Amino acid sequence: MSEYFHSVTLDKDACRGCITCVKRCPTEAIRVRDGKAQIIKERCIDCGECIRVCPHHAKHAVTDPLSAIENFKYKVVLPPPSLFGQYKRQEDLELIRAALHELGFDAVYEVAAAAELVSDATRRLLEKGDIKKPVISSACPAVLRLIRIRFPNLLENVLTLSAPMEVAARLAREKAVKETGLASEDIGIVFITPCPAKVTAIKNPMGTEKSDVDLAVSVSEIYPALLAAMNKCAKEGLGPETAQSGRTGLSWGNSGGEAAATFTVRYLAADGIENVINVLEEMEGDRLADQDFVELNACPAGCVGGVLNIENPYVAATRMKQLRNYRPVACNTLDGAEIPDVILWDAEVKPVEALRLDPLPEQSLKMMREIEEIESRLYGLDCGSCGAPSCRALAEDIVLGFSTEDACIYLLKDKVDAVRSSMLSLKIDNRDKSSEKA
Amino acid sequence: MSETNLHYHYVVPGDDFTRAGLASNAVKKILKQLGIEPETVRKLSISLYEGEINMVIHAGGGEIDVYIDDQKIVAVLVDKGPGIADIGLAMQEGWSTASEQVRGLGFGAGMGLPNMKKYSDELDIQSTVGIGTTVTLTVNIKNN
Repeated sequence: MSEYFHSVTLDKDACRGCITCVKRCPTEAIRVRDGKAQIIKERCIDCGECIRVCPHHAKHAVTDPLSAIENFKYKVVLPPPSLFGQYKRQEDLELIRAALHELGFDAVYEVAAAAELVSDATRRLLEKGDIKKPVISSACPAVLRLIRIRFPNLLENVLTLSAPMEVAARLAREKAVKETGLASEDIGIVFITPCPAKVTAIKNPMGTEKSDVDLAVSVSEIYPALLAAMNKCAKEGLGPETAQSGRTGLSWGNSGGEAAATFTVRYLAADGIENVINVLEEMEGDRLADQDFVELNACPAGCVGGVLNIENPYVAATRMKQLRNYRPVACNTLDGAEIPDVILWDAEVKPVEALRLDPLPEQSLKMMREIEEIESRLYGLDCGSCGAPSCRALAEDIVLGFSTEDACIYLLKDKVDAVRSSMLSLKIDNRDKSSEKA
Repeated sequence: MSETNLHYHYVVPGDDFTRAGLASNAVKKILKQLGIEPETVRKLSISLYEGEINMVIHAGGGEIDVYIDDQKIVAVLVDKGPGIADIGLAMQEGWSTASEQVRGLGFGAGMGLPNMKKYSDELDIQSTVGIGTTVTLTVNIKNN
């Protein structure tokens, strides 16, 4: 898989070349060129903001079709905690499990169950105390990518544990192999994804060489079929099947759930990509040194705010709160004293220098001088008509060779005005001369 | 000054905590684009932030000039505040003249100058009571 696989893609026909996504992209990774949006691959973190804001629905997340599960002999589905907040009056864990079987899955492994194991491991690491605090959650892949690009200093604070999705996939595969006797490649592990960032985390993982998830089907695709299956199961009394997770695991679907499960009082939870960036700025300045744990979610309200979900994030969050009330505190804990390998990262996450102007320091300085010089000539309106998010970004693009000053309509207007006034003065001069002759 | 030197000028308004940190964040962004090694970026952003906050708390604001070349980053912070009577005392951790009101906001813990010293390679303070203070902090760039 290419280093820059992205789930977020553009439907060129639907794109009108407006600058809504350009303005909202937290890493300034989008430009409008030749009337269409373009994603700068090195900078994109797959947060899905552009999908959220596009008025023409031209941005999409590449996911796998549900029909792809037929490629596997034995199909295991991984529902994330946030899925349980999607359905009105039927936010019933056991009914959803039964309905997933109805859709053709042979087994269900709740991501929330694995989340409880990750919480247990996190508590052990915090207790042991030999990690750099504040510890930053590694669960949101968009945040992890953001840190890698914009806050490389903070990589050493990141929890070196796999996200619950990955842990669930590994445990589910192990269990399926054991129970069925099938070869690993005959077993399909299918994650129901609330966001494009998770799809990218599967195709191009961080913290591990290869993901154990085979397919990522979006919540938006499975939603109607699952609803119909739930209605059928409720009517015919199919299932129910005993649920696997408690309050601790389910609370991971909301912002603050993972942090609260660390049992420390010195924690902070921020959600929404702009808020996340502000917290990371604070951390980089060493101003959150008194905290133990920092949970960051790119989406508003946490994973329930994932852009592939159906329900309003805050409605889903409140439903999940009600659902959790009927569950035990936790259903899963780690056996033994050590954190098992299945939870630990097995690959290092290294910084990506996507913002650097040039590999040579002297050249970077020179380019920065040119950027400052060009920016001083621009109007500072940040209108976006040139296709860049701000005048500063246009100045950077010009120096990097991706754009020209003529892209600025105000500078172009000045140029045209200058030509026009010189043409006018030419005319007057000629008339004056001709009148002298006469 | 060489061809490739960069110079930035920032005005820090007095008594506006919401705007303190703007200069250090702006410089931090530039340093990252220049590909300056992360630890150097961290040192400069922490020491400059402390300087900015000091200007807001104690001096009613001031002005900052930042110079960047391929060897070092130099920030010159000039204010027309009350001045520091005893610089040696001010350099001690925990010593502060900040008002109760300022402490109530979580500032004035007496770590400003000690942190500026800790996170810079050179720190020079020139101060005259009743006239103002000029702080010059230097962070060296590690060339790899």
